Amino acid sequence: MAKQSIEQLQKIATQLRRDVLRMVHAVQSGHPGAPLGCAEFFVALYFDQLHHNPDFKMDGKGEDLFFLSNGHLSAGWYSVLARSGYFPVEELKTFRKLNSRLQGHPATHEHLPGIRVASGSLGQGLSVALGVAQAKKIDKDDKLVYILLGDGELQEGQIWEAAMYAAHQKVDNLIATVDYNGQQIDGPTEKIMDLKNLKAKWEAFGWVVNEITNGNDMKSVLEGLEKAKELSGKGKPVVNLLYTEMGYGVDFMVGTHKWHGSPPNDEQLAKALGQLEETLGDY
Amino acid sequence: MSLDLKFTYTEKKDTRSGFGDGFLEAGRRNPNVVGLCADLIGSLKMGDFQKEFPERFFQTGIAEANMIGISAGLSIGGKIPFAGTFANFATGRVYDQIRQSVAYSDKNVKICASHAGLTLGEDGATHQILEDLGMMKMLPHMTVINPCDYNQTKAATLAIAEYEGPVYLRFGRPSWPIFTPADQKFEIGKAWKMIDGKDVTIFATGHLVWEAVVAEAMLREEGISAEVINIHTIKPLDEEAILESVKKTGCAVSAEEHQINGGLGDSIAQTLIRHNPAPLEYVGVNDSFGESGTPTQLLEKYGLNAENIVKAAKAAIARK
Repeated sequence: MAKQSIEQLQKIATQLRRDVLRMVHAVQSGHPGAPLGCAEFFVALYFDQLHHNPDFKMDGKGEDLFFLSNGHLSAGWYSVLARSGYFPVEELKTFRKLNSRLQGHPATHEHLPGIRVASGSLGQGLSVALGVAQAKKIDKDDKLVYILLGDGELQEGQIWEAAMYAAHQKVDNLIATVDYNGQQIDGPTEKIMDLKNLKAKWEAFGWVVNEITNGNDMKSVLEGLEKAKELSGKGKPVVNLLYTEMGYGVDFMVGTHKWHGSPPNDEQLAKALGQLEETLGDY
Repeated sequence: MSLDLKFTYTEKKDTRSGFGDGFLEAGRRNPNVVGLCADLIGSLKMGDFQKEFPERFFQTGIAEANMIGISAGLSIGGKIPFAGTFANFATGRVYDQIRQSVAYSDKNVKICASHAGLTLGEDGATHQILEDLGMMKMLPHMTVINPCDYNQTKAATLAIAEYEGPVYLRFGRPSWPIFTPADQKFEIGKAWKMIDGKDVTIFATGHLVWEAVVAEAMLREEGISAEVINIHTIKPLDEEAILESVKKTGCAVSAEEHQINGGLGDSIAQTLIRHNPAPLEYVGVNDSFGESGTPTQLLEKYGLNAENIVKAAKAAIARK
């Protein structure tokens, strides 16, 4: 895939936001807040960073692979998968409906191209990604494994089992990204269960921390992911702290946990879409 | 022992050693076989594999949830991971990880669980899981296997390496009679009729298959003809073999080192109720935790030995 300009990538991210809002609105269920905040990340990854093949093979040999541990961001992931050619964009309209491959949370059971493991019950993805990364090492496959984690998800103990293991085993072909938006379903993380100094925590566990301070600026995200790639392969796992704003792109949704798991009504959708230009054509 | 046993033994060995030896052999046969263990390599007998294939073996430390997830990931990359720990930590502790990352995701992961049941012995109830078969058989996609001795465990280990899909393989700690042949063919999902009989069928799994063999001889001395069927695969259950046998004998006993609730007996009961209602007596743990003791003492105290199978067989016959 030819490299696209920052402007082109931003247009795709805007379309992804439209897709997410229309998908959750259509079924009046789902999680719009976090995928709105991760739109730049998803697009930068799939349209610029990943060496990947939309002609999907489960084992992903010779490809960079992405895993979504915080599976409730499914609407955003499905949109970027469809927009980058894994399945027809039209299929986004089946999101969360009966007999759809686009389950509420990502699943392999229905064989949706791009999905390699189910996620939704939080805390499990990092371990899975580690296994994939180690399989690549056994096979002398030099491609990378990426994984997105929620910041609230870091409250799960299994994450820290995996963090300890990754550094001990020197899994340096893995790049984790924490969606550091400071929000979780019941409120701000600092009120619910304070994550304190995340950078120090990951460093203490033996990881290289790469801070991407403006996770909603396409240029910053691209530079940050490029830097993460440079940091990989040096004996330590790499984690990006991606500072994002939940609900970014819609003025009445940004920066609050209130849209974590609530869909917009008709009026709110119209207002939100009014702020997001239709750049690639709605599904 | 003056009993005229249909199966005999000259040697005793633990079933976990059958797993360890089968695992090593599977690793030699297929370079995609890899291993993981959560700080119990010695107990699981995984050390020989680790020594021979260090680059294909992963010590995860005391972190079972992570081990299950890594296994799922390795299987995505085309590996065949055997993840080993005690049955308690391989099931109850990591149920959600198995459910989402392995069973629902249909991953080719082999969960290898040692020290199952009361025969773990002196460590006591914290480690004596008696609910694992129930938990695992409830999971869609999961195959559940509980072999009876060293040879059968080794054969089962080799068989699951060649089978594509998630498997729960259960075995144990105590030294146990080796009474099945070393060269047996292990067919997943296929019950093995070990002894023909006509008055009652004993369906046994795991260590209690040996107790069933002893019980058959005891019953024979009293003029009762018992059929003994080795149900090494709890799921998928060989319903055809069960129905065929009970059609002939008219009643049955289930024998397992597990809670009665949710175990093999319940699976057999479901089969009989739907197709051929017949008296069934359960030999299993009756809604109780275990305790410290020797394996023999515990099987006696909790009603799981040959004497209890004999009693259950007579009760089943009386209900015909």
